[in-house]
Amino acid sequence: MATTTITKTEPLVGKRIRRREDPRLITGAATYVDDIKLPGMYHAAILRSPHGAARIAALDISRAAAHPGVVAVFTGKDITGVGPVPCGASLPGLRVPVHTILAQDRVYFVGHPVAVVVASDRYIARDGVDLIDVEWDVLPAVSDPEKAIAGDAPAVHPEWPDNIAFHHHQENGNVDDAFAQAEVVVKQRITSQRLIPTAMETRGVVADFQTGDKALTLYSSTQVPHLLRTLIALMLGLPENKTRVVAPEMGGGFGSKLNVYAEEALMGFVAMKIGKPVKWIESRRENYLTTIHGRGHVDYFEIAAKRDGTILGMKLKLIQDIGAYHQLLTPAIPTLSVLMMPGLYKFQNIRAHVVGAFTNCVPTDAYRGAGRPEATHGIERMVDMLAAEIGMDPVEIRLKNFVANEQFPFSTATGLVYDSGNYAAPLMKALDLVDYQGLRAQQKKAREEGRLMGIGISTYGEICAFGPSPATPAGGWESATVKIDPTGKVTVMTGACPHGQGEETTFAQITADELGIPLDDIHVIRGDTAIVQYGIGTFGSRGTAVGGAALYFALQEVKAKLKRYGAMLLESDDVSYQGGQCVCNKTGRTVSLAEMSGASYRAMKLPPNTSPGMQVTNFWEPPNFTFPFGAHIAVTEIDRETGAVQVKRYFAVDDIGNIINPLIVDGQLHGGVAQGLGQALYEQAVYDENAQLVTGELMDYAVPKATMVPWIESDHTVTPSPVNPLGVKGVGEAGTIGCSPAMVNSVVDALRPLGVKHVDMPMTSEKIWRILNSAQA
Amino acid sequence: MKITVTLNGKTRTSDVEPRLLLIHYLREEAGLTGPHIGCETSLCGACTVEVDGKAVKSCAMFAVQADGRNVLTIEGLAANGTLHPVQEAFWNEHALQCGFCTPGMIMASKQLLERNPNPTEDEIRHGIDGNLCRCTGYQHIVNAVKAAASKMGA
Repeated sequence: MATTTITKTEPLVGKRIRRREDPRLITGAATYVDDIKLPGMYHAAILRSPHGAARIAALDISRAAAHPGVVAVFTGKDITGVGPVPCGASLPGLRVPVHTILAQDRVYFVGHPVAVVVASDRYIARDGVDLIDVEWDVLPAVSDPEKAIAGDAPAVHPEWPDNIAFHHHQENGNVDDAFAQAEVVVKQRITSQRLIPTAMETRGVVADFQTGDKALTLYSSTQVPHLLRTLIALMLGLPENKTRVVAPEMGGGFGSKLNVYAEEALMGFVAMKIGKPVKWIESRRENYLTTIHGRGHVDYFEIAAKRDGTILGMKLKLIQDIGAYHQLLTPAIPTLSVLMMPGLYKFQNIRAHVVGAFTNCVPTDAYRGAGRPEATHGIERMVDMLAAEIGMDPVEIRLKNFVANEQFPFSTATGLVYDSGNYAAPLMKALDLVDYQGLRAQQKKAREEGRLMGIGISTYGEICAFGPSPATPAGGWESATVKIDPTGKVTVMTGACPHGQGEETTFAQITADELGIPLDDIHVIRGDTAIVQYGIGTFGSRGTAVGGAALYFALQEVKAKLKRYGAMLLESDDVSYQGGQCVCNKTGRTVSLAEMSGASYRAMKLPPNTSPGMQVTNFWEPPNFTFPFGAHIAVTEIDRETGAVQVKRYFAVDDIGNIINPLIVDGQLHGGVAQGLGQALYEQAVYDENAQLVTGELMDYAVPKATMVPWIESDHTVTPSPVNPLGVKGVGEAGTIGCSPAMVNSVVDALRPLGVKHVDMPMTSEKIWRILNSAQA
Repeated sequence: MKITVTLNGKTRTSDVEPRLLLIHYLREEAGLTGPHIGCETSLCGACTVEVDGKAVKSCAMFAVQADGRNVLTIEGLAANGTLHPVQEAFWNEHALQCGFCTPGMIMASKQLLERNPNPTEDEIRHGIDGNLCRCTGYQHIVNAVKAAASKMGA
């Protein structure tokens, strides 16, 4: 056997590598959409409805149009050729109101765009908005989804007086039998309140219409540049191949930029009308009023069980606050929620009925977790309530009902197939880390001293890696291109659109390992439809689990091609590729990646059945979703005087499959937990009875600050996913999904001596103080 | 109105509207991309810069108020291509994800360390309480400030 002289490169996958995107971000050199300045660019500002529901009795733009510096004003009557804001989800009987990009004769929510003013700078554009005269005929509005469908509420859309957007029914197993056999049934109404995603960068669009080519370039802070391009082209009546979408650096998304918004098409429309570039940057107030909100569930649960804790079945009535319109995925979020209602448990009987309720509010849609936090919150609360009802430890009831290790792949009550799992493992690890028995002893002592200490557990399951295409509205595959230059430098182009998740680093790690080359030789590009092949985008914890897998397969193809050139150059059939070169297994001679790649472009000679060039594009269709899981434990103590919930310790043990970069994974989990904690303790989008958003600014909406988030202790178990070759599951949303039920279970546990069985979120000190007061009264 | 500002060590004179906010002066007039706008109501801290050595939210100040004063932004923090220890620590500790709050967060952290070179976790959390981050849950930012403190103290 010939020996090789190749030095083995140290694998980078699995290493805590600091991110490659950071140098531009820590120096202020990154280009976010508001940093884009094009020659001759104008600025747009939008007049929005101040009312939840009103007729536009008169609209006079003359003062605005005459204002110095204003170049154009457009209203609803100008946009006749532009298609409506699309809803990508479909359900039988779904009612889809026509969502024009500017209001016609009526407005349906506070913030509804009515007119756009285009001016030489952003101050003058705002001045122009103030100079538009509108006569409003204010109508009654409804903001509460349960009231909206109660039969006597004002109609959000006059054509549908019942305010029902859709009914959706899902039933599996034999629910009536399950409830007939039940020894105990626990019922509870549980809400998952409306939340405001609050990416630190608001939305923003720069539209540039090249009049000579009749081609539009749209810079937008979007998680889905290719989908946006397809849909914007359709809305504006432009050929898709003359529409380019660029997602520049993005200041967070959390699902709120997984959409197609009126303003994106509106700026395209304006740019085409005025023949000059135009920029619109959303203010924070506009962001709160008009960018999608998340959650908005009222859930009525019933869970049937035996006295030994065996769960037999579940009934659920889910009322989803839709808002005034469907955005891209609005109706698909509650139906996804239903799919995850069984959580990690093996019961097979479920009946769920979803009612979508129109309200005079901004639409709900995908916000970090998108349906799964609501589901997990529901099942994890119900399991805890059941345990309390039958006097069982919350750990024991979970262990009793978990899907067993030998049952994978496991078909759930709602028809999903869980890929792999070891559900007891993270729970046992978490219990060990917190010293569960010790904590219970401490709690007993605390209770004796009159202190309110709680221990809350959630064992969450979640669905990631969206997803098999037949289960998604617009394709669930992902794409990757690997391009090796004649000099041997490697460019990776991903169809995913990371915006803070760090794939410029993790995808380079995967590439470095597969090709055996240094990180510095790899450049990762995303987010420009003129450069990158069609892709689906980044959402639903799919970036690495689908996009990374597409990259893996592209790398295998490019390696195979390199090897054919290597064999040709080495004049041998017996070669192997490793460590960034091809080696002849007989002679030990080597050729470098640059030599092979260079030979493929010079193409003086070609290997048999091999084309010139060194570029491979792979579109990968995943065979299934992935299903991460884990156990979170929150230890809380409640201040009897103020009702404040103090988080004494927070533990997260997550199983997200294999880990590419533990540093990045930790960051994703911390951020996820902070958003789950925000929902549990602080955040709520509040509309009053006139459908005015009361929490319309950061002053009124409690995004957690550094002092409001506890130290998060975290660990992992690793159960690789068999769905993709990387064995990864997805980490973006896990923290958010696991957190809120752990928190509520903990607070309810603390309040149990007072007879409290359930508390809805957010568990503000005021709410807890009222509970304490009424309990003590 | 004519104003003269020493911006990141260089003097610039501009004619600005009295109502122009300092953040818009920095971004639109001076062409900087580091200070960001996350709210325009002084709540998020993404626009944090130093004026005469004190961290301020540049959306809560008019450009004319900076006349004759010394303004330092994230762009002026690295000296001769060498990152400031706080920048380096943010990178090492993965104290940023989307990066939008980062320039303001770094400026606030720098100020915090100048006032308190060896802060506890609690003091760090209070010190950056005026700056919102939606990505990190703040934990890695706390780690970064601690790491920068020990490096700067060394």
